[in-house]
Amino acid sequence: MGIELILFYIFAVILIFASTMVVIVRNPVFAVLFLVLAFFTSSVLWIMLEAEFLAITLVLVYVGAVMVLFLFVVMMLDINLAPLKEGFIKYLPVGVLVGFIIAVEIILVVGPGNFGLDKVADPVGHAADYSNTKELGRVLYTKYMYPFEIAAVILLVAIIAAISLTLRKGRQTKYIKPEDQVSVRKEDRIRIVKMKSGE
Amino acid sequence: MVPLSNYLVLGGILFCLSMAGIFLNRKNIIIILMSIELMLLAVNMNFIAFSHYHGDTAGQIFVFFILTVAAAEAAIGLAILVVLFRNRNTINVEDIDTLKG
Repeated sequence: MGIELILFYIFAVILIFASTMVVIVRNPVFAVLFLVLAFFTSSVLWIMLEAEFLAITLVLVYVGAVMVLFLFVVMMLDINLAPLKEGFIKYLPVGVLVGFIIAVEIILVVGPGNFGLDKVADPVGHAADYSNTKELGRVLYTKYMYPFEIAAVILLVAIIAAISLTLRKGRQTKYIKPEDQVSVRKEDRIRIVKMKSGE
Repeated sequence: MVPLSNYLVLGGILFCLSMAGIFLNRKNIIIILMSIELMLLAVNMNFIAFSHYHGDTAGQIFVFFILTVAAAEAAIGLAILVVLFRNRNTINVEDIDTLKG
Protein backbone atom coordinates (compact mmCIF):
# COMPACT_ATOMS: atom_id res chain seq x y z
CA MET A 1 0.00 0.00 0.00
CA GLY A 2 1.57 3.20 -1.14
CA ILE A 3 1.81 6.40 0.84
CA GLU A 4 -0.86 8.02 -1.35
CA LEU A 5 -3.39 5.34 -0.53
CA ILE A 6 -2.65 5.57 3.19
CA LEU A 7 -3.09 9.35 3.09
CA PHE A 8 -6.31 8.96 1.15
CA TYR A 9 -7.76 6.56 3.71
CA ILE A 10 -6.77 8.77 6.63
CA PHE A 11 -8.41 11.83 5.15
CA ALA A 12 -11.42 9.90 3.90
CA VAL A 13 -12.07 8.60 7.42
CA ILE A 14 -11.73 12.11 8.85
CA LEU A 15 -14.11 13.44 6.20
CA ILE A 16 -16.76 10.81 6.83
CA PHE A 17 -16.43 11.27 10.59
CA ALA A 18 -16.81 15.04 10.28
CA SER A 19 -19.84 14.84 8.03
CA THR A 20 -21.48 12.27 10.31
CA MET A 21 -20.97 14.62 13.23
CA VAL A 22 -22.51 17.49 11.23
CA VAL A 23 -25.65 15.42 10.95
CA ILE A 24 -25.90 14.05 14.48
CA VAL A 25 -24.58 16.71 16.87
CA ARG A 26 -27.10 18.60 18.94
CA ASN A 27 -25.56 22.03 18.96
CA PRO A 28 -25.58 23.85 15.58
CA VAL A 29 -22.35 25.66 16.48
CA PHE A 30 -20.54 22.32 16.73
CA ALA A 31 -22.20 21.25 13.48
CA VAL A 32 -20.76 24.31 11.74
CA LEU A 33 -17.32 23.60 13.17
CA PHE A 34 -17.45 19.98 12.00
CA LEU A 35 -18.54 21.23 8.58
CA VAL A 36 -15.42 23.40 8.54
CA LEU A 37 -13.38 20.28 9.30
CA ALA A 38 -15.12 18.45 6.44
CA PHE A 39 -14.37 21.23 3.97
CA PHE A 40 -10.78 21.44 5.08
CA THR A 41 -10.26 17.68 4.77
CA SER A 42 -11.80 17.57 1.33
CA SER A 43 -9.57 20.41 0.22
CA VAL A 44 -6.64 18.19 1.21
CA LEU A 45 -8.11 15.43 -0.95
CA TRP A 46 -8.48 17.88 -3.83
CA ILE A 47 -4.81 18.79 -3.53
CA MET A 48 -4.06 15.08 -3.83
CA LEU A 49 -6.07 15.20 -7.07
CA GLU A 50 -3.90 18.08 -8.33
CA ALA A 51 -6.72 20.62 -8.17
CA GLU A 52 -4.72 23.13 -6.15
CA PHE A 53 -6.62 26.24 -7.18
CA LEU A 54 -10.00 24.83 -6.21
CA ALA A 55 -8.62 23.43 -2.95
CA ILE A 56 -7.38 26.87 -1.93
CA THR A 57 -10.63 28.43 -3.14
CA LEU A 58 -12.57 25.98 -1.00
CA VAL A 59 -10.63 26.98 2.08
CA LEU A 60 -10.71 30.71 1.37
CA VAL A 61 -14.27 31.04 0.10
CA TYR A 62 -16.00 28.29 2.02
CA VAL A 63 -14.20 28.12 5.32
CA GLY A 64 -13.34 31.80 5.24
CA ALA A 65 -16.61 33.30 4.10
CA VAL A 66 -19.58 30.96 3.90
CA MET A 67 -18.89 29.03 7.08
CA VAL A 68 -18.18 32.20 9.01
CA LEU A 69 -21.52 33.49 7.72
CA PHE A 70 -23.17 30.31 8.99
CA LEU A 71 -21.45 30.63 12.35
CA PHE A 72 -22.50 34.26 12.51
CA VAL A 73 -26.14 33.45 11.87
CA VAL A 74 -26.17 30.47 14.23
CA MET A 75 -24.72 32.52 17.05
CA MET A 76 -26.88 35.56 16.29
CA LEU A 77 -30.17 33.67 16.43
CA ASP A 78 -31.09 32.74 19.93
CA ILE A 79 -32.47 29.30 19.21
CA ASN A 80 -34.23 27.01 21.62
CA LEU A 81 -32.54 23.72 20.79
CA ALA A 82 -34.82 21.26 22.55
CA PRO A 83 -37.75 21.06 20.08
CA LEU A 84 -35.48 21.01 17.05
CA LYS A 85 -34.13 17.55 17.78
CA GLU A 86 -37.47 15.99 18.72
CA GLY A 87 -38.04 13.81 15.66
CA PHE A 88 -34.43 12.60 15.51
CA ILE A 89 -34.93 9.22 17.19
CA LYS A 90 -38.24 8.68 15.46
CA TYR A 91 -36.82 9.13 11.99
CA LEU A 92 -33.47 7.49 12.75
CA PRO A 93 -34.24 3.93 11.55
CA VAL A 94 -35.88 5.04 8.31
CA GLY A 95 -33.23 7.67 7.59
CA VAL A 96 -30.34 5.29 8.22
CA LEU A 97 -32.02 2.52 6.22
CA VAL A 98 -32.71 4.70 3.17
CA GLY A 99 -29.26 6.27 3.33
CA PHE A 100 -27.61 2.88 3.65
CA ILE A 101 -29.51 1.39 0.71
CA ILE A 102 -28.68 4.35 -1.52
CA ALA A 103 -25.03 4.18 -0.45
CA VAL A 104 -24.88 0.47 -1.35
CA GLU A 105 -26.47 1.17 -4.72
CA ILE A 106 -24.02 3.98 -5.46
CA ILE A 107 -21.07 1.82 -4.41
CA LEU A 108 -22.27 -1.00 -6.64
CA VAL A 109 -22.32 1.38 -9.61
CA VAL A 110 -19.13 3.39 -9.04
CA GLY A 111 -17.19 0.77 -7.10
CA PRO A 112 -13.89 -0.89 -8.06
CA GLY A 113 -15.63 -3.14 -10.57
CA ASN A 114 -16.42 -0.26 -12.90
CA PHE A 115 -13.91 2.43 -12.01
CA GLY A 116 -10.99 0.48 -10.55
CA LEU A 117 -7.36 0.96 -11.48
CA ASP A 118 -7.64 -1.60 -14.28
CA LYS A 119 -10.51 0.33 -15.87
CA VAL A 120 -9.33 3.92 -15.35
CA ALA A 121 -5.57 4.12 -15.05
CA ASP A 122 -3.98 6.54 -12.62
CA PRO A 123 -2.72 9.43 -14.77
CA VAL A 124 0.90 10.44 -14.74
CA GLY A 125 1.47 13.42 -12.49
CA HIS A 126 2.13 16.81 -14.07
CA ALA A 127 5.59 18.28 -14.34
CA ALA A 128 6.92 20.50 -11.58
CA ASP A 129 6.37 23.70 -13.58
CA TYR A 130 2.72 22.90 -14.32
CA SER A 131 0.39 25.54 -12.94
CA ASN A 132 -3.17 24.45 -12.23
CA THR A 133 -4.26 28.06 -11.75
CA LYS A 134 -2.79 29.11 -15.10
CA GLU A 135 -4.45 26.23 -16.87
CA LEU A 136 -7.84 26.92 -15.28
CA GLY A 137 -7.59 30.61 -16.02
CA ARG A 138 -6.70 29.95 -19.63
CA VAL A 139 -9.85 27.85 -20.13
CA LEU A 140 -12.05 30.03 -17.95
CA TYR A 141 -11.35 33.26 -19.83
CA THR A 142 -11.62 31.78 -23.31
CA LYS A 143 -13.94 28.82 -23.60
CA TYR A 144 -16.10 29.52 -20.55
CA MET A 145 -16.22 33.30 -20.78
CA TYR A 146 -20.00 33.67 -20.86
CA PRO A 147 -20.66 31.21 -18.00
CA PHE A 148 -18.03 33.09 -16.03
CA GLU A 149 -19.88 36.37 -16.58
CA ILE A 150 -23.17 34.74 -15.66
CA ALA A 151 -21.54 33.53 -12.44
CA ALA A 152 -20.57 37.12 -11.69
CA VAL A 153 -24.17 38.22 -12.24
CA ILE A 154 -25.38 35.44 -9.92
CA LEU A 155 -23.09 36.74 -7.20
CA LEU A 156 -24.42 40.26 -7.77
CA VAL A 157 -27.97 38.98 -7.47
CA ALA A 158 -27.01 37.24 -4.23
CA ILE A 159 -25.53 40.45 -2.83
CA ILE A 160 -28.59 42.51 -3.72
CA ALA A 161 -31.02 39.85 -2.49
CA ALA A 162 -29.26 39.32 0.84
CA ILE A 163 -29.00 43.04 1.53
CA SER A 164 -32.55 43.88 0.49
CA LEU A 165 -33.96 40.96 2.49
CA THR A 166 -32.28 41.85 5.74
CA LEU A 167 -32.31 45.63 5.42
CA ARG A 168 -34.48 47.08 8.13
CA LYS A 169 -36.21 50.28 7.14
CA GLY A 170 -36.28 51.66 10.61
CA ARG A 171 -37.06 55.11 11.93
CA GLN A 172 -33.41 55.59 12.75
CA THR A 173 -32.40 56.16 9.17
CA LYS A 174 -32.55 59.84 8.32
CA TYR A 175 -33.63 59.90 4.73
CA ILE A 176 -34.16 62.97 2.60
CA LYS A 177 -36.33 62.79 -0.48
CA PRO A 178 -34.22 64.18 -3.32
CA GLU A 179 -37.24 65.46 -5.27
CA ASP A 180 -38.44 67.55 -2.32
CA GLN A 181 -34.97 68.84 -1.79
CA VAL A 182 -34.60 69.90 -5.40
CA SER A 183 -37.99 71.57 -5.70
CA VAL A 184 -37.64 73.65 -2.57
CA ARG A 185 -37.99 77.42 -3.00
CA LYS A 186 -36.44 80.27 -1.15
CA GLU A 187 -39.72 81.19 0.55
CA ASP A 188 -39.99 77.75 2.20
CA ARG A 189 -36.76 78.03 4.05
CA ILE A 190 -35.94 81.68 4.72
CA ARG A 191 -38.08 84.23 6.53
CA ILE A 192 -36.82 87.77 6.28
CA VAL A 193 -37.64 89.84 9.33
CA LYS A 194 -37.37 93.56 8.97
CA MET A 195 -36.67 95.56 12.12
CA LYS A 196 -35.15 98.89 12.93
CA SER A 197 -31.67 98.99 14.19
CA GLY A 198 -30.81 100.36 17.56
CA GLU A 199 -34.01 99.43 19.38
CA MET B 1 -1.87 4.87 -6.75
CA VAL B 2 -5.37 5.68 -5.58
CA PRO B 3 -8.04 4.26 -7.89
CA LEU B 4 -10.79 6.52 -9.17
CA SER B 5 -13.43 4.33 -7.55
CA ASN B 6 -12.17 5.31 -4.08
CA TYR B 7 -12.97 8.95 -4.68
CA LEU B 8 -16.32 8.11 -6.25
CA VAL B 9 -17.30 5.88 -3.33
CA LEU B 10 -16.25 8.60 -0.91
CA GLY B 11 -18.44 11.08 -2.77
CA GLY B 12 -21.34 8.65 -2.71
CA ILE B 13 -21.02 8.01 1.03
CA LEU B 14 -20.85 11.75 1.66
CA PHE B 15 -23.95 12.32 -0.43
CA CYS B 16 -25.92 9.62 1.43
CA LEU B 17 -24.80 10.97 4.81
CA SER B 18 -26.02 14.44 3.97
CA MET B 19 -29.27 13.06 2.59
CA ALA B 20 -29.81 11.13 5.82
CA GLY B 21 -29.05 14.41 7.59
CA ILE B 22 -31.96 16.08 5.80
CA PHE B 23 -34.24 13.19 6.80
CA LEU B 24 -33.16 13.19 10.43
CA ASN B 25 -32.98 16.93 11.09
CA ARG B 26 -36.13 17.90 9.28
CA LYS B 27 -37.00 20.50 11.91
CA ASN B 28 -33.82 22.52 11.95
CA ILE B 29 -33.38 24.68 8.87
CA ILE B 30 -29.75 25.44 9.66
CA ILE B 31 -28.76 21.76 9.64
CA ILE B 32 -30.72 21.26 6.43
CA LEU B 33 -28.78 24.10 4.77
CA MET B 34 -25.52 22.59 5.99
CA SER B 35 -26.52 19.19 4.63
CA ILE B 36 -27.13 20.79 1.24
CA GLU B 37 -23.62 22.25 1.39
CA LEU B 38 -22.27 18.76 2.12
CA MET B 39 -24.19 17.34 -0.85
CA LEU B 40 -22.63 19.93 -3.13
CA LEU B 41 -19.23 19.03 -1.69
CA ALA B 42 -19.81 15.37 -2.57
CA VAL B 43 -20.74 16.31 -6.13
CA ASN B 44 -17.66 18.52 -6.40
CA MET B 45 -15.51 15.62 -5.22
CA ASN B 46 -16.79 13.49 -8.10
CA PHE B 47 -16.24 16.27 -10.61
CA ILE B 48 -12.65 16.82 -9.53
CA ALA B 49 -11.88 13.10 -9.42
CA PHE B 50 -13.13 12.61 -12.98
CA SER B 51 -11.33 15.76 -14.09
CA HIS B 52 -8.05 14.42 -12.71
CA TYR B 53 -8.36 10.90 -14.03
CA HIS B 54 -9.51 11.92 -17.50
CA GLY B 55 -7.08 14.83 -17.79
CA ASP B 56 -9.82 17.34 -18.59
CA THR B 57 -10.02 20.70 -16.84
CA ALA B 58 -13.72 21.14 -17.68
CA GLY B 59 -14.65 19.32 -14.48
CA GLN B 60 -12.74 21.82 -12.39
CA ILE B 61 -14.45 24.70 -14.20
CA PHE B 62 -17.79 23.17 -13.30
CA VAL B 63 -16.74 22.91 -9.65
CA PHE B 64 -15.85 26.59 -9.82
CA PHE B 65 -19.39 27.43 -10.94
CA ILE B 66 -20.94 25.12 -8.36
CA LEU B 67 -18.95 26.90 -5.65
CA THR B 68 -20.23 30.25 -6.93
CA VAL B 69 -23.85 29.15 -6.97
CA ALA B 70 -23.51 27.46 -3.57
CA ALA B 71 -22.08 30.62 -2.03
CA ALA B 72 -24.95 32.67 -3.47
CA GLU B 73 -27.45 30.11 -2.25
CA ALA B 74 -26.00 30.08 1.26
CA ALA B 75 -26.05 33.87 1.44
CA ILE B 76 -29.67 34.17 0.30
CA GLY B 77 -30.78 31.18 2.40
CA LEU B 78 -29.27 32.62 5.54
CA ALA B 79 -30.77 36.04 4.79
CA ILE B 80 -34.19 34.43 4.48
CA LEU B 81 -33.52 32.56 7.71
CA VAL B 82 -32.67 35.77 9.55
CA VAL B 83 -35.82 37.50 8.26
CA LEU B 84 -37.87 34.45 9.19
CA PHE B 85 -36.48 34.35 12.70
CA ARG B 86 -37.06 38.07 13.09
CA ASN B 87 -40.72 37.78 12.10
CA ARG B 88 -41.75 34.42 13.55
CA ASN B 89 -39.15 33.99 16.30
CA THR B 90 -38.59 30.35 15.34
CA ILE B 91 -36.62 28.31 12.83
CA ASN B 92 -38.59 25.15 13.43
CA VAL B 93 -39.91 23.92 10.09
CA GLU B 94 -43.07 22.61 11.73
CA ASP B 95 -44.01 26.08 13.01
CA ILE B 96 -43.74 27.65 9.60
CA ASP B 97 -47.09 26.45 8.32
CA THR B 98 -49.10 29.63 7.74
CA LEU B 99 -49.06 28.89 4.01
CA LYS B 100 -51.41 25.93 4.29
CA GLY B 101 -51.66 24.21 0.96
